[in-house]
Amino acid sequence: MMKKTRGSGLGGFAASVLPSLIAIIVGLLFGFIILLISNPAQAVQGLKVILLGGFNDGLFGVGQTLYYATPLILTGLSVGFAFKTGLFNIGASGQLITGAFAAIWTAVNCDWLPGPLHWIVPILAAILVGGLWGAVPGLFKSLLGVNEVIACIMMNYIGMYGVNYLIKISNIYDKLKNQTVSVPSSAALPNGGLEHLFYKMRGNFVRFSSINIGFYIAVIAAVVIYVLLTKTTFGYELKACGYNRDASRFAGINEKRSVLMSMVIAGMLSGAAGAVMYLAKSDGLHIDVIEVLATQGFNGIPVALLGLSNPIGIVFSGIFIAHLNQGGYYLQKLNYMPEIIDIIIGAIIYFAAFSLIVRNVIAALARRREAKAVQGKGNER
Amino acid sequence: MDYVIEMLHIVKDFPGIRANDDITLQLRRGEIHALLGENGAGKSTLMSILFGLYQPDGGSIRKDGKEVRINDPNDANALGIGMVHQHFKLVHNFTVLENIILGAETVKNGRLIMGEARKKVMALSEKYHLKVDPDAKIEDITVGMQQRVEILKMLYRDNEILIFDEPTAVLTPQEIDELMKIMKGLTAEGKSILFITHKLNEIKAVADRCSVLRKGRYIGTVDVADTTKEEMSEMMVGRKVNFAVDKAPAQPGEVAFSVKDLTMRGPHGKNVVNDVSFDVRRGEIVCIAGIDGNGQSELVYALTGLMKQDRGTIMMKGHDISHATIRARNDHGLGHIPEDRHRYGLVLDYSLAENMVLKSYHKPGFQKHGFRNFTRMNEVTDQLIERFDIRSGQGGRTVARSMSGGNQQKAIVAREIFTDPDVLIAVQPTRGLDVGAIEYIHKQLVDARDAGKAVLLVSLELDEVMNLSDRILVMFEGEIVADVRPGDVTVQELGLYMAGSKRGKA
Ligand SMILES: Nc1ncnc2c1ncn2[C@@H]1O[C@H](COP(=O)(O)OP(=O)(O)OP(=O)(O)O)[C@@H](O)[C@H]1O
Ligand SMILES: [Mg+2]
Repeated sequence: MMKKTRGSGLGGFAASVLPSLIAIIVGLLFGFIILLISNPAQAVQGLKVILLGGFNDGLFGVGQTLYYATPLILTGLSVGFAFKTGLFNIGASGQLITGAFAAIWTAVNCDWLPGPLHWIVPILAAILVGGLWGAVPGLFKSLLGVNEVIACIMMNYIGMYGVNYLIKISNIYDKLKNQTVSVPSSAALPNGGLEHLFYKMRGNFVRFSSINIGFYIAVIAAVVIYVLLTKTTFGYELKACGYNRDASRFAGINEKRSVLMSMVIAGMLSGAAGAVMYLAKSDGLHIDVIEVLATQGFNGIPVALLGLSNPIGIVFSGIFIAHLNQGGYYLQKLNYMPEIIDIIIGAIIYFAAFSLIVRNVIAALARRREAKAVQGKGNER
Repeated sequence: MDYVIEMLHIVKDFPGIRANDDITLQLRRGEIHALLGENGAGKSTLMSILFGLYQPDGGSIRKDGKEVRINDPNDANALGIGMVHQHFKLVHNFTVLENIILGAETVKNGRLIMGEARKKVMALSEKYHLKVDPDAKIEDITVGMQQRVEILKMLYRDNEILIFDEPTAVLTPQEIDELMKIMKGLTAEGKSILFITHKLNEIKAVADRCSVLRKGRYIGTVDVADTTKEEMSEMMVGRKVNFAVDKAPAQPGEVAFSVKDLTMRGPHGKNVVNDVSFDVRRGEIVCIAGIDGNGQSELVYALTGLMKQDRGTIMMKGHDISHATIRARNDHGLGHIPEDRHRYGLVLDYSLAENMVLKSYHKPGFQKHGFRNFTRMNEVTDQLIERFDIRSGQGGRTVARSMSGGNQQKAIVAREIFTDPDVLIAVQPTRGLDVGAIEYIHKQLVDARDAGKAVLLVSLELDEVMNLSDRILVMFEGEIVADVRPGDVTVQELGLYMAGSKRGKA
């Protein structure tokens, strides 16, 4: 009889998370070296500030971390979900910006919407438009076999220029600042009670963190995507198409529809990211009318990679990257230029992107070790 | 004794399974050494260790009496060991020539020198009668030619120990004969060959000695000349195997499947399937025989909905399914064991259990309101593993990709029979299976017939055709050129029909 050896349940989990951890550690080491080079006296202190992230400013800072994590999680989900279904959604940027436009436009022009509907409807509008933006590459891929990467990149530019144009001809343009006007305060996402947890005192003046219910939305989206992928027949079909389109067709799955739906859902997630970013109070973000693609869309890629495309993993990797970004913000207190932190974050992201390669290196090292052990045994004989 | 390769006391563990348990294999110089064993016995694993793809957990390897370490295929290559894998490893959008020299390129001043490589390849191709078109892309050539490319790859690297892992499973009988000749020729040159196959005839025809494995263990090595096929199969399975198929005469019922005037145009404007019409009745096994490439594959693709026909109608149980979707055909009771198990049959990155429900995951019982029922999936999987003896390391949780080739095939057959189709289209259902498994699958097909199902079998193997079918349709150049009963024809006659030199009433 064949001997059964013990399964590797936990070992498997560790093995899958290890590359992300290594990517992070190597990235931090690299960051530390940069700190050393640019200002050796404060390097250790600087590293501490980065690692502390939002905690540099107590719960207020943590609230800021979660606030900045929100769109990262959503775009990370968008990219990660597409990955899981065999597609590379590099179009999150366009989906995000068109979604953001839809949200702002609806918020400004439908100010008759009562109560919470005034921010719910704009979010839905953003999801709808983001989904449409994702549908275009999806259609090209499923009907004409056009690679989604190419179509997504084109849609990014069409989205960026299109939104710039639409802003200028519509009533949401603030000519003086060359950006969108602020949305009515009733359309800004409410804090949903989170402000009572994340705030700080300045004398006897309370300063609330910017965190709002957008964070809830991101977490709920992650759970929904997780359930969709692992528990539903729909997710089973989408993943099957990602792994093997021919076999999916053989099984009777409508693989054209699956590809389209994957891109639509990915687009919806990025659209939602646009909404939660820009449905903010007047001191929050506005769309600048500049000819640059929205970078937040691309940040979803490292978030997804670092989270190994697992929806729950993406929540954590999104928070982690926001945490580092917050650390970078506070690093400015120590005579470091803001660019330095961008380099460090970039390094970590860069290593995250290579985490798959790291994983392969680990596997190769393990094989070598195993081989050495075998040789040792061989010599004993 | 002069051994070129000795693998001594090899042990290899995979999660949940010991694939090789103290196996010793000694290869003489200039011999063809067959490796025989049930599906999942550990043959491919053992050969992959010799080729440096896996590291053994115990044991040692000697080349010419000296102990060696083989860390990766490059080491194997340096020792003169080459391998043709069970599932070929060619780069599909590269040309034949590029594939052959890949990894062993001649470079001068940083530039690739193709001229010399081409000369050497053509010389080898001439010498060993391995006909290839050096400039054709891999994706455009037949499996037979792909295999010749794999062989040339080994010869180009001057390998002298050649491993063939089930080379004949994907070949037509004609190509098999050719390969056997080539193998003989190679050993006459002093090369040594390790040859994995499940077909005892082939072992009898070319091998000098045969080593037998069972469930990861070494059973013994015999001289092929003094051992009968029955003895070898008994060594391998551990019991007597019945080569003939027991079946009562067919009792055909009503027509379950009917094809009329089916025509499909090929890429070059010629009809690959030309006005094909036939019926399959409940309770009979109808076999489509023919030399590979005469339109059988395309015909099946049209019947199952994977390709659109240009003309003609397909009726199933009284319904016109000519233009029905694949899902509609499946749910109407059409089963399909596909020709290409990796392309269509399995989602290799899904677990065995998820592959078992590939066609039923959407049916009541396997889902409720779109949420999957994992308990039911695992129950069914466990039943099928038990019934079809599907062997793998971790049962239903095993990733399909890590299963042995034969067990992947068993999984597909199990799934299609489990869905209890009224019409079952089985293309090469026993490809890559061991004799025991073949016996079992044949019995399943006969049982399905006896239960009133219509079975359409497509097979390249004449033995299978003659043994299993109640009626034989011979296909030649896209047309059905004969409709005969196995009792009324000889194998020779069938061969003539298949070659197009004889035509009966269609
Ligand atoms: N990479 C792998 N990971 C895990 N298990 C594996 C792996 N490769 C093989 N196995 C397991 O090891 C056992 C032996 O597999 P192997 O492929 O060597 O069988 P085989 O004798 O070649 O069978 P077949 O005739 O079906 O090709 C099988 O049970 C298989 O599931
Ligand atoms: Mg094998």
